[in-house]
This record gives sequence, structure tokens and C-alpha cells, in this order.
Amino acid sequence: MYPIVLLSVFGIVTLFLGFSKSKNILLPSVLLFLAIALASNFVDWNQGPLLYFYDMLRVNNLTLAFNGIVLISAFMIVAISGGFQDNADSEPAEYYALMLLSLVGAIMMIGFEHLIMLFIGVEILSIAMYILTGSNKRNLRSNEAALKYFLMGAFASGFMLFGMALLYGATGSFSLSGIQAFVSIGHAAMPSYILYAGLLLLLIGMLFKVSAAPFHFWTPDVYEGAPTIFTTFMSTIVKTAGFAAIYRLLDHSFTNIYSFWWIVVAAIAILTLMVGNIGATSQSSFKRMLAYSGISHAGYLLIAVTALSKPTQNAIVFYSLAYSLSTICAFAVLILVSKEKTIDGQPDERYDAFNGLAKSNPFLAFVLTVSMLSLAGIPLTAGFWGKFFVFTSAADRGIIWITVIAVLMSTVGIYYYFRVIIAAYLKEGDVSQIRVAPFYQVILVLATFFTLLFGIAPGLLEGII
Amino acid sequence: MLTLLLILLPIAAAVLTLASGSRLAKQVALVGGLAELGLAVYAWSQFDPGAGAQFVFKYHWLQSAGISFGGSIDGISMVLVLLTTFLTPFIILSAFGHDYKNQTTFYALILFMEAALIGVFTATDAFLFYLFFEAALIPVYFLAAVWGGENRAKITFKFFIYTMFGSLFMLVALVFLYYQTPDTHTSEIAAFYNLQLSPLAQGFVFWAFFIAFAIKMPLFPFHTWQPDTYTESPTQATMLLSGIMLKMGVYGLIRLLLPIVPAGVETWGLLAVILSVIGIIYGSVIAIQQRDMKRLVAYSSFAHVGLMSAGVFSLSANGLQGAMVQMLAHGINVVGMFYVVDLIQTRTKTRYLDQLGGISQTSPQFSIYFMILLLGSVALPLTNGFPGEFLLLSGVFGYNAWLGAIAGLTIILGSVYMLRLYQKSMFGPKSNWVEGFKDLTLSERAVLLPLAIMVFWIGIFPNTFLKISEPAITQILKIIAS
Repeated sequence: MYPIVLLSVFGIVTLFLGFSKSKNILLPSVLLFLAIALASNFVDWNQGPLLYFYDMLRVNNLTLAFNGIVLISAFMIVAISGGFQDNADSEPAEYYALMLLSLVGAIMMIGFEHLIMLFIGVEILSIAMYILTGSNKRNLRSNEAALKYFLMGAFASGFMLFGMALLYGATGSFSLSGIQAFVSIGHAAMPSYILYAGLLLLLIGMLFKVSAAPFHFWTPDVYEGAPTIFTTFMSTIVKTAGFAAIYRLLDHSFTNIYSFWWIVVAAIAILTLMVGNIGATSQSSFKRMLAYSGISHAGYLLIAVTALSKPTQNAIVFYSLAYSLSTICAFAVLILVSKEKTIDGQPDERYDAFNGLAKSNPFLAFVLTVSMLSLAGIPLTAGFWGKFFVFTSAADRGIIWITVIAVLMSTVGIYYYFRVIIAAYLKEGDVSQIRVAPFYQVILVLATFFTLLFGIAPGLLEGII
Repeated sequence: MLTLLLILLPIAAAVLTLASGSRLAKQVALVGGLAELGLAVYAWSQFDPGAGAQFVFKYHWLQSAGISFGGSIDGISMVLVLLTTFLTPFIILSAFGHDYKNQTTFYALILFMEAALIGVFTATDAFLFYLFFEAALIPVYFLAAVWGGENRAKITFKFFIYTMFGSLFMLVALVFLYYQTPDTHTSEIAAFYNLQLSPLAQGFVFWAFFIAFAIKMPLFPFHTWQPDTYTESPTQATMLLSGIMLKMGVYGLIRLLLPIVPAGVETWGLLAVILSVIGIIYGSVIAIQQRDMKRLVAYSSFAHVGLMSAGVFSLSANGLQGAMVQMLAHGINVVGMFYVVDLIQTRTKTRYLDQLGGISQTSPQFSIYFMILLLGSVALPLTNGFPGEFLLLSGVFGYNAWLGAIAGLTIILGSVYMLRLYQKSMFGPKSNWVEGFKDLTLSERAVLLPLAIMVFWIGIFPNTFLKISEPAITQILKIIAS
């Protein structure tokens, strides 16, 4: 609850900070704001389930953990944004304000108890993202991405709203508990097709936001067109918040009609895995590959959602954390390298940009390698345990066949993640030595350290939720 | 506790090596390897073969899930720990003659690899086993990929994806087994032995395990990554792969596959033995035709591991014990052989048989050591290859006389390709390439002499090692029979 209030205020304060003469005050104050929001998030820790704002918002350890992941990711992303000082056209204050405000939306999505809250959360987050995607005003691809994202996103919101209306029609309630009460009692009497249709439409809208196939078509273009720093924001925070929302919706209200929706979600999960992994193999742009890799990770998370068993909650939290840490590292290295290397005035975002990275920048190559290993799910990294928990949640439900498909697809994943490592270590290239700001370095070291630490001792996060 | 120390010591040595700077890296790594060997020998002196699993350590890892961080050493582990710790210092020493770039990382990776291998051989928890099984792959991948030959990028890539693919199926099988254990699940390997699985489940788990281990060893027809990878890798990576990592596969068969799915073995075991025997013949025939010495040794290793796997699947005490002693012998011989090939290559800049010849004229010492290792490989009586192959063949023969007879061809074919290798490189007229071939230096003798001693020790007193693993093997057979 506190982060919502604080971040709203901070967002507006940041806008005004933009008027200040000294440009150097902005970045430290935004980092400070985020640190305060993060600290305030844990005030409610272990206070038990609480309901705020007339039962509109729920706070429990699960939502606080998701908030924590989102806020930590935001902190890291802001830290590596470096104040947007190298682009004369940029409006740093507005970008930061939009980022802070979009976090309000993410936290509402995570903690929603009432469907209206979910809708408002999704919209706050999305509208901020539409603007940020198009923030590189003079770049055609950025404009195209923003337009594409906005049109498709507006459609998805329409579906969501329609789904909510149908759910209300079927159950007479907008709140998760009200729907749950109806589903557990009312459903036994009659299968309600309005309820089913409402649930599916709502799911379609939300699956669009986390870029699950077949609602993923916007993802590669938007990820590629958006400035890399906002791509990072999109691929970590939007995804984490989206999965928190999907999980809470299904787990809280619809467990009684599991037999209806699980096969739908399972089919989408498998399709997403295939589209993401197979699509990623044919990319020559690293950024586009990460877009497809983001799709494939949505597939793994959907497997955990499909299973909805005891380990699922842990799986989604752990997976989101591991995925966010590694993705931020990967994009951070890309930002540094592509700033040095350009093709026709545009940053070079192909795999080839990393050629010879290990020789000139061993530290960056190491960070990149760990993040790729973690995304590929190789043991001794956090990503392995993320996958492991996903597989155990499916096995707990007894759907072992789905893990076989997931395993096949993660072998495909190794193929494209290792192309990056091979480019960095085995190919000759001409990356010059890149100067990494000390603060930037600290962020990368910490992210890599935690990726390895959780890879060796996953028990550290055990039982805290 | 001792077990944990055995895993941690190489990691500490690796970190020290990384910190020591490129001038001291070799020496620090070597001292680390020798200290580890000393610790393993101490463990051996304290080890009581009849007492089952010893030096147990166990910590919570994922407490609520019943997954522990635990290890212990029984007879089977002891043999492999000895093999690993014995070979690693010589692998490190064998790199002294080379001028590798980034020496600190190179030696540190070897030591990290050693830690992971010890972990595999001692883990008592199935997921910990899996973790080490995969972790061992990463150092050796980088060793092969960064310091390897020309085509290394493509070839090591294939190797990595191939082996990873296999072990992911094992992970699925382990997760499945974990959920078959009674509530508040556990992933102790010993608990998996008592599961009552349906025949269908046994079949699936059998194949999931079999593919993982067959790729690692490798067995026919999963071997296509092996010759290229062995050839393109730097010799030290090849030694690690063939000398020790290959044993992870055989160890996995004995520790996991046989006792967990005995009914699956009963149904599919014959097919596994047939594949192994095909591998023996296939590998030997190809080895006979090779002109590249490194490739020849690679194929010979492929043929030898086929025999080990056939012996393991014969489910007899002889077969399993033969596999144990043969793992030791093969590790020593193959590391020695790759070292000899490496010596020839660094001195003459070629490893093609048709360009070599007459080396024995100038370097008598070298020829003698080469001969000793070679005789071990062809399993001459009184050398280390003999007891293993004898026991293995008797095991396979007891399983199926026809297959035993075909597998027995390995002795003949083995002498053909090995003696051909020796004859073409050492005898005959002196070729231009071997002009000025120097005899062994001190550090080279320091590698070859202990290996040669071991060839005779295991050949003459195989019982020293057979009796370490005997009670543990009997125990495994008892579990399979029940």
C-alpha cells in the first residue's frame, strides 16, 4: 500500500525536478525515491493478509515479494539508465516520472482484489509504456513500435474489459472473493458459459500483456524499436506484474473450475514455448532474440500456472526474480556495447557486436555469460532453479509430459543463448575497451553475484513467503 | 566431513590459482592437485570397504522440499575419487610444456572441474548429483572452446548441446521419481531404490537415464560428438573428458539406473548390451583406419567404454567389478596415451601416422613408456587392462555367449589398432618430421613414470582396488535382485 502512495507522489515530484537547473540531481533522487519505496514495501511484511482501500487491494507476503522484485528491477534499470545524458533530445525527468508512475500500475496489478483495480493497474502500466516506447521521437522504428504497441494493447484492454463485464454478469461480483464464492457454490449446479467466456476473454487480455503466443506478434517489433532501456523495463517489470496478476486471479478465484481452464492454459503454454524458442533461433539481432527469449520464458511461467500446485507460487516468484536479474544484465551489457559500436548511425544490436568482447572487456563478457547461462537454465545459476521449480510444480500435478516438451525446448534455448557466449569468447572482433561507470559496475556485480548465489543456495529464499 | 573437504579443496585451490597471477598459476594449481591427492589417499587409508557409506555429510539445501546437500563415500565412490584425484595432478603437469594464454583461468578451470567430478561421485542426493553432473560440463566446455583447435566453436557447441539434451531428460526422470517417494518427498538416491514403480514407468525412467549416460560415455549411436570434440580440444580437456568425465556415465549406470529400475533393465538390458557391443566393434574398426593419432585414441576409448557398459548391463558381479577396475585402468591408459600423442605433436608438429616413423631410434625412454601404456591398453596380462577386460568379458559371456564372443573380438582388434599406431609412429625409416626428436625431459618423466607404475600395479595386484568396491557392488546387486 505504502509504495503506491509514495510512488504517486514521487512521480509528480520528479516531473517538477525536471525544471531544476542542475541536471545531476535527477538520477540520485529517483534512485532515492525507489529505495524509499522499496523499504516502505516491507513495512507490511508478515502482517498477515491485509485489505486496503475498501477491499480493493490485498497485501500479503506474496504480493509484497512480487512488489519487491518489481521495485528492485526498477532500481537496477534506473541505475543503468545513466540519466539519459547522451541523447540531446531526451527528457529525463519525464521518463523517470513515467517509470515511477507505471510502477504504481504494476503494484496495483500485483495486489488487486477487485477487477477494476486490475484494469486500472494494467492501463496505468501500459499507457506509460506506450509513451516510453515511442520516446525516441526522431527514430521511425521507435514511432512504429509505439503505434503498434498502442493499437494492439488497446484491443487487448478491450477484451479484458469485455471479459470482466461477462464475469460480472455471471457472478454478480467484481471482487476475487465474490467470484470465488460463486464459482465454488454456483458452478456445481450448472456450467455457466458466460463465466467461461468471461474468464477466457480476461485471460486473453492479460496473456497479451505478458506476450504469450498467439498474442505475441507485437513483441519482437516493439522490443526492437523501443529504446533499449525501456525494452528492459518492459521485459522484466511488465512480465513480472502480469504473471503475478494471472496467478493470483486463477489461484484465488478459479481453482474450482480447474478442469475447464487448465487445458487452455496448457495449450497456450506449449505454443508459447515453441514460438519463443524456435523463433529465437533464426534471429541475427541480439535484442530481437531477447524478445523471443522473453516469449519463451512466458511459456515456462505458464507451465507453472497450468499446474497450479503447491510449488507453483514459489516457482513463479523465483523464476521472475531469476529472469529479471539476468535479463537486466544482458540488456545492460548490450547498452554499453551498442553505444560503442554503430552501423549507419544506429546502435549495433546484432550478435556480431559482441565479437571479441572477452578479450577487451573480460568483466562484461563474464557478466553476459552468467546471464546467458542463467537464462538457458544451466545449473549453478538461479535460472536453473527457476526451471526446476517449474518442472516440480508440473510433476506435483502429475502432468509430466508437459515437462518433456519444456525440456526439449530448453535444449533449443541453449542453442541461441550460447551463440552469444561464442561470439564473446571465440570470435575475433574489434570491441574497444569500454569504460564502465563505477555505479553501473556495482549493479552488474550484485546482479551476477545474486544469480550465482541463488544458483548455489536456492534455500535462501525458501519459506519466506 | 572428509567428503565435503574433498569437494571444497579443489575449489579453494582454483580460487587461489585465479588470484596467483600468471607466473605462479601452474605451481599453485599443481600443489592444489597434489594436496587433493594426499587428502584422497588419507581417506583411502581410513576407509573400511565393509562398512558401507562413510565420511557422511548432510546439510539442508531446500529443507521444505526434502532436498539435502549431502555426500558420502562408499566402495564405488572411493575408486572413482582415487582415479579423479590421481589423474588431475598429472593432467595439470602435462600442460607445463605448453604456453597457453590466460594460464590462471586455464588451470583454475581444471580444478573447478575436479571439484564437480568429486561431487558427482560422492553425492547422495539425486538433485545434487544432477547439479554436479551438469556443473562438470561448464569448465570443460570452456577449456575445449577457448583453448581448442581451429573448428572448436562449432564442435564444442555440438558437444555441449548434445550432452545437455541428454541430461535434461534425466532431470525429468529425477523429478518424476522424487514425486513417487512417500509424502514429504525426499530426493535421497537411497530412497529411490525402494520405489515400487509400474513397468511402464520403469521403461520411461530407464530410457531417460540411459540416454543421458549413453551420451556422456558415449555409446553407439550417441557418440557422434565424441571424436571431433576429443580431437579439437586441448589435450588437457581431452584427458578430462576421456579419463574422468566418461566415468560419470558408467558411474551413473551403476549408482542410479540399475538399482532404481531393475525391471526396466530386465526388459531393455539386452538392447543396451547389443548397442554396447556394436560400439565395441564399430569403434575398433574405425580406429584401425585412422591416420590421425588423436582420433585413433578417441575411437579406442569409444570401443573400451562400450565393453564397460556391456559388462555393467550383464548384471553379474564379475561384470560390475570388471567395470570398476576397468574404469581405473582405462582412465590411466587413456590419459597416458593422449599425453604421448601430445608429446609427439608438440615435438613434430604433426599427428598423422603417415608422416611419422622412426621415433624409437632417437628416444629410447619415450618408446619404453609409450610401449607400457600401449600394452595396458591392449590388455596384456600383468598390465592394468587385463583384469578389467577379463572380468568384463566373463560377465558378458555369462549374460549371452554369442554377444560375449563378439565382444571378445575387442582384444584382437585392440591389438591391431594399437600396434599399428606404435609401428607406424615409432619404427620404420625415420621421417623428415621427426628430425631432432628429443627424449623425455624431467617433468615429462614425472608424468609418465607414475602412470607406468600404476599400469603394473593394477595389472599385478588388481585386488588392491577390487576389494575396495566389492562390498558396495554386492550391495547394489542385492538391491537389484530384491
